Amino acid sequence: MKISKEKFGQSFDALTAEYQVVAPVSEAGAVNFKAAKSFSEVKQDYLNSKLPPKSLLFPQHEKLLSYVKDGKDITVKNELKVGKTVLFGIRPCDAKAMLLLDKVFKNDQYRDPYYFDRRDNTVIVGLACNKIAPTCFCSSMGISPACSEGSDLLLIDLGDSYNVEVITEKGKDLLAGLGELAELSAEEQAIVDTVKSAQTTSKVDVSTITAKLDKMFDNSYWDTLHEKCLGCNACSFSCPTCHCFDISEEVTKNEGSRVRTWDACMAPLFTLHGSGHNPRDKKKTRWRQRMMHKFNYFVHNNGDIACVGCGRCIKGCPVNMDIRQAIDGVNKAEVVVD
Amino acid sequence: MEQNPYLPITMKLIKNMCETEDKLINTFTLEFLNKQDEENFKYMPGQFAELSAYGHGEAPFGIATSPTEPGIIKFSVAKVGCVSNALHLMEEGTMVGVRGPMGNYYPMEEFKGKNLVIIGGGFAFTTLRSMAVYMLDEKHRADYGDITVIYGARNPGLLLYKEELAEWETNPNINLVTTIDRPAEGWTKHVGFIPTITEQVAPSSVNTYAVVCGPPAMIKYTLPVLEKLGFPPERIYTSLEMRMKCGLGICGRCNIGPKYVCKDGPVFSMAQLKELPSEY
Repeated sequence: MKISKEKFGQSFDALTAEYQVVAPVSEAGAVNFKAAKSFSEVKQDYLNSKLPPKSLLFPQHEKLLSYVKDGKDITVKNELKVGKTVLFGIRPCDAKAMLLLDKVFKNDQYRDPYYFDRRDNTVIVGLACNKIAPTCFCSSMGISPACSEGSDLLLIDLGDSYNVEVITEKGKDLLAGLGELAELSAEEQAIVDTVKSAQTTSKVDVSTITAKLDKMFDNSYWDTLHEKCLGCNACSFSCPTCHCFDISEEVTKNEGSRVRTWDACMAPLFTLHGSGHNPRDKKKTRWRQRMMHKFNYFVHNNGDIACVGCGRCIKGCPVNMDIRQAIDGVNKAEVVVD
Repeated sequence: MEQNPYLPITMKLIKNMCETEDKLINTFTLEFLNKQDEENFKYMPGQFAELSAYGHGEAPFGIATSPTEPGIIKFSVAKVGCVSNALHLMEEGTMVGVRGPMGNYYPMEEFKGKNLVIIGGGFAFTTLRSMAVYMLDEKHRADYGDITVIYGARNPGLLLYKEELAEWETNPNINLVTTIDRPAEGWTKHVGFIPTITEQVAPSSVNTYAVVCGPPAMIKYTLPVLEKLGFPPERIYTSLEMRMKCGLGICGRCNIGPKYVCKDGPVFSMAQLKELPSEY
């Protein structure tokens, strides 16, 4: 079934009264996810956003609490604020990444309310990829350019209209208010079939990577892998599944707030103890952590590889480090897997 | 409503006391402001909490009191960074934030019916003190066999909890061995590094667990001694330190392999640590 873009656009604009509608918009030469007031702002033909949409659920900078000091006394205020949001137009890789983040922000003991209160109030409208970038490799990560995992509604761009697929109850409820649906023409059905059967041209083999990494902590592979890395963290900040954060304080005279900000395992201070000891004091150990966490530790803890093949880390790296090559390197390492 | 694990409870600093002659370690006594907060703060020896010095930040510290000591919790903290410096300078009566208790704890159930040798070096004695006090409590003492504490510091002035140690010296329920690295005037007890003294005074490893906390070098040289004495890795426990922020297993920095020290630790047996990469 399809919905015309004209009708969809009107509904989109109406939605902004009830929801914060976040969509891909152009800013400073890049496309990123921002609150949009009108469908006319939405960028349609983008490959993918420069920064991942994770910031909607897990902002780069977020107040956890605020406080006022009065002599020896303290008044603390919870800064958890949540509104209803529609996240429109995210790519299937990023929708899948949300499912991975869900596994991080809730574990056997704790649930992160700042993340999950937003998550539970967000409807995700995925937009399949009609175009595929040379750095995309989602097909190797169990996803595809029209994968519906993680989306509540999945759209496929048909030019003047969208093909609409309902994935969840949340999606069904949202769709009910969007407008009338119509049948696809044979031509449109052909577009849907093409997009659905598309695969990324770039591929990696991750079939044995977890088992190999089980035996590679002390492997000489890590001695050289990191060499050209500058440690700038662009890969982590642009990664839709990277979730490490710092908690710090912003203070004026008697008032302050506790904030959390994105942090990254590639930063040397990330693991520095008060004593001066640092268990990951070398770039080598930090690269090993990045690879191990995504392709081994995360699998052991959560059952999935923490990479969706979006390729942002490849595009964003100033020295052309390429995670696909890093994966190939593990594949080539001479390690016997049981 | 579900509790927000990032929101600290407010507690009052009722005592800020210097423990050591180098003036680098203070013990903070914090008082619960109400019964409800105390009820919600059910902890066991070995657990830690995130302590907030508002205006400076928060940092994780092992709880030095035992759950058998109601009304208060204590932390003994070295002055090394922003938060610990602020805490050291804090006036008594100031309100602080506490999140916790966090992490796992010493396996007090598993220890039941067993002898314990508790080996501590320097100021890593805080949660060991908690465990010893817990076992010495009249409700628990009968659950455990012989308790031996081997505690060392560079010199006598650096030992924590001196009054309590003096009390343990004469307490028949606990066998205390204190040692210092080099001879000092007026010191009549053991002189020598922990591994050496452990070899001399440790009880038989039969039906005995060892719990070791201290600086890395001390642990490194004590473990082979315990092995020689017949302690299997399953019966040697330690507590690890890591840089932490959230304390909830989410922020990503305190991992050793797939385990988070904040959530899956800080207490590990040597058998468990042997399964993990040596990155700590």
